[in-house]
Amino acid sequence: MAQQLLKGNNAFAEAAIRAGCDAYFGYPITPQTELLEHMSARMIELGRVFLQAESEVAAINMVYGAAAAGAKVMTSSSSPGISLMQEGYSYIAGSEVPVVIIDIMRGGPGLGNIQPSQSDYFQVTKSAGHGDFHPIVLAPATVQEAIDLTVLAFDLAQQYRTLVFVVADGAIGQMMEPAELPPMRPLPARAPDWALTGAKGRSPNLVNSLYLGADSLETLNLRLQDKLHAIESAELRYETIDVDDADLVIVAFGTAARVAKTAMQTLADEGIRVGLLRPITLWPFPTEALYDLSRSGKSFLVVEMNAGQMLLDVKAAVGADAPVSFFGRMGGAIPMPEEIVAAAHNALAQPAFAWAGA
Amino acid sequence: MLDTLPLENERLVYARPRTLASRYTHYCPGCTHGTAHRLIAEVLDELGLQDETILVASVGCSVFAYDYFDVDACEAAHGRAPAMATGIKRYHPDKIVFTYQGDGDLASIGAAEIIHVANRGENITTIFINNAIYGMTGGQMAPTSLIGQKTTSSPFGRDTQLAGYPMHMAELLAGIPGTAYSVRRSLHDARHVIQAKKAIKTAFEAQMAGIGFSIVELLSTCPTNWGMTPGDSCDWVRDQMVPVYPLGDFKVADELQQARGRSKR
Ligand SMILES: Cc1ncc(C[n+]2csc(CCOP(=O)(O)OP(=O)(O)O)c2C)c(N)n1
Repeated sequence: MAQQLLKGNNAFAEAAIRAGCDAYFGYPITPQTELLEHMSARMIELGRVFLQAESEVAAINMVYGAAAAGAKVMTSSSSPGISLMQEGYSYIAGSEVPVVIIDIMRGGPGLGNIQPSQSDYFQVTKSAGHGDFHPIVLAPATVQEAIDLTVLAFDLAQQYRTLVFVVADGAIGQMMEPAELPPMRPLPARAPDWALTGAKGRSPNLVNSLYLGADSLETLNLRLQDKLHAIESAELRYETIDVDDADLVIVAFGTAARVAKTAMQTLADEGIRVGLLRPITLWPFPTEALYDLSRSGKSFLVVEMNAGQMLLDVKAAVGADAPVSFFGRMGGAIPMPEEIVAAAHNALAQPAFAWAGA
Repeated sequence: MLDTLPLENERLVYARPRTLASRYTHYCPGCTHGTAHRLIAEVLDELGLQDETILVASVGCSVFAYDYFDVDACEAAHGRAPAMATGIKRYHPDKIVFTYQGDGDLASIGAAEIIHVANRGENITTIFINNAIYGMTGGQMAPTSLIGQKTTSSPFGRDTQLAGYPMHMAELLAGIPGTAYSVRRSLHDARHVIQAKKAIKTAFEAQMAGIGFSIVELLSTCPTNWGMTPGDSCDWVRDQMVPVYPLGDFKVADELQQARGRSKR
């Protein structure tokens, strides 16, 4: 299939359709709305399930129901709606059904604004709901990657029967770039064995997250933990550029990483040896890779569009003896390359453990 | 268990419906959840729907309903059964999907979901157990508690200034165009139980006909949290609840009325 000029939100939606998404439930919210609108036309055209729910709470519980029924189901939203859906994430994790969620993040807290942000990092990687679980979290930096990671999200959701987030700041949702869509996959002929389809010729299936006894609930949790460990060892993804020779390694994801790449050219022209580590999976997180880099005496500069959320994971990875600086913009502001260049100068001049934010 | 009794010289007049699982329930003595379960199971047997049906259990005393019905089932978050049922029904429009919800679940935390499932005319059936109290959490006030009713969270009696009025869900949902069938029945004596079963059957028939949302509200007992004997509880339903929650048909879609007319002829 040839490259075409695609808007991020439409690319996410069309990629999901081609990956075999056969049910979508959502609620309008900027800067994600084109995604829902794309689904409202295409899913109906294709005879698949589309429904605009009365709220994000209802949407995620419809998603939960459709997943229980065997659908390859997805929803999408932006930060305030992602917060509202938290109830459902936890039930979905507890009952181990496959679900894909796309979060086009905007500035917070509260109603915040509709500008691009990365401030859902904590929420999606660490606190997506009550109980012990992590969703898999994929973070594209380009429209092409948005497409590729959406397809991957459906595969991982099915493979592990788990919740997979694809998170992008509003800039990626709204920007247009040349990208190539995958071919249309055929839909599976039948629902998986565990799905709710009516117990014809078999004993009844149950989709449930209620385990009243401590022993039985601990057993479920141990199984969930085993699954999470398997995901950690098999599904880690990140990109590195010039890290081996670098004195300073910038750690950034999504749009922040793209701006960092521009800043790196300036820094390289100045003769500074700088590299980039870009997590593509935010969970699992490239802890070991960062630890290994820290052992060769490098400094780190974390750049985010938030107050320093991934920063905590980087600090935990490299340990207390490695200098880690931070540069972040909040409230929907995007870091400028010159700001990152200045932050890099600072990080090298005063290898810091302290805040270096905007 | 009933199944294993020798029946050689007996004529079987009463047995466990196939759709009801052969299992002891955890319900308190005198609680009418068990009665409602049995009626649903009888109806599903009679309509031949057991292996076509998907139950969405809710949060409340009936949280384990999935253990008591021999059908595919799931357990929704508190109040969200109608949304979960929507997801299932949209994906499997040819299956029979029903929710089983208490009054805290349906009329309080899940008020938005039940109104919108009705408004979309979602082809699902809801069995709504109105026992005027939160049973599972130990007898707190529900939106359906009566004015003046003492509960563990309205110790001085439900005060309308503080806590509003009993909610009439069957009437409210009847006013929504997507609702095909909305009625209230009671489980306090044998005559009313038989009427309740007929209504449950009509509700599932409405779903089979694909004509919209169907709901049966059932006035029910909670002897434990009302602090009464089972017998007194039934009397309380008759004397206190029925006057506030009149029994009757609040919406019967034309298609159902015609079908009724046909079956009478
Ligand atoms: C989000 C959430 N809030 C509160 C609860 C606690 N809770 C469990 S059951 C229940 C009340 C159920 O009452 P009702 O729906 O009337 O059913 P009954 O137990 O009377 O059959 C509550 C508040 C919960 N499980 N989840």
